[in-house]
Amino acid sequence: MQWVTAGLAGLLLGMGLILSGMANPAKVIGFLDVAGPWDPSLGLVMGGGLVVGSIGFALLKKQPKTLTGEPLNLPTSRKIDLRLVLGSVLFGIGWGITGICPGPGLVLLGAGIPEGIIYIASLLAGMTLYSLIEKLRHSA
Amino acid sequence: MSIDWQAFTIYAAVSALIGGFMIGLAAVWLAWANGRIAGISGILGHVVELVVQQKREPFGWRLAFLVGLIGAPVVWMLFAALPTTVQETGSVGLVVGGVLVGLGTRYANGCTSGHGICGLSRFSLRSLIAVCSFMGSAVITVYLMRHLLGASA
Repeated sequence: MQWVTAGLAGLLLGMGLILSGMANPAKVIGFLDVAGPWDPSLGLVMGGGLVVGSIGFALLKKQPKTLTGEPLNLPTSRKIDLRLVLGSVLFGIGWGITGICPGPGLVLLGAGIPEGIIYIASLLAGMTLYSLIEKLRHSA
Repeated sequence: MSIDWQAFTIYAAVSALIGGFMIGLAAVWLAWANGRIAGISGILGHVVELVVQQKREPFGWRLAFLVGLIGAPVVWMLFAALPTTVQETGSVGLVVGGVLVGLGTRYANGCTSGHGICGLSRFSLRSLIAVCSFMGSAVITVYLMRHLLGASA
């Protein structure tokens, strides 16, 4: 059951990314390029997502029981530190260069587009690098 | 600033809005059904972490979520042709960018989905700071590449 609901969530998210244009790197860059001819579309994606998300998460607060009986596991960290800011800045640079964030990257991979394959392989390398650095730091 | 009306058509705007609703719905659904945050980088990063730490722990719901996401274009193609995508970034750019996204999202504990959609929907100040940081650096990066260097990497 847990697998089915999670699989459906992934599928719906992927469909949303394809329909919205988020999975089209040139369109993402067209949104980020505020100095050129600007394509505001992705602002609507964000807006649409936030309207549904804020109503949904507000309702969830009153309904702490989940469908599969799993505990509601929401982030509790409120820490605002250099790690958060610098990490986000690095992510933004990579997003700006490629026009692809992780979700759309997986969709492009699934579509068998070569750029998606190169991107996800590199993204996994970056995540592996992070895990190795953190492992070394903790064992040192 | 000028609006690119050739790209921002009524059709594109409506697709963007409906796509956004679907993304929001998927995030709320995963929280309601599985009690989890739909953060792609976190889900993927956790799987990488398990492999690197050589933990014999099953990937569980995370694997099902990733299969759904990667399978979305395949299911889409059963009903309609995929919208065309344009990628102007070359291989070097894709590798450098991909590594930066992988590293950065792990340090920041989230990307556009986790901080952008889920975090902002929950009015998290931490996520707001993250979103402003990555939006800001992405806009500056595109500006530098397109207008100062005039190159697509």
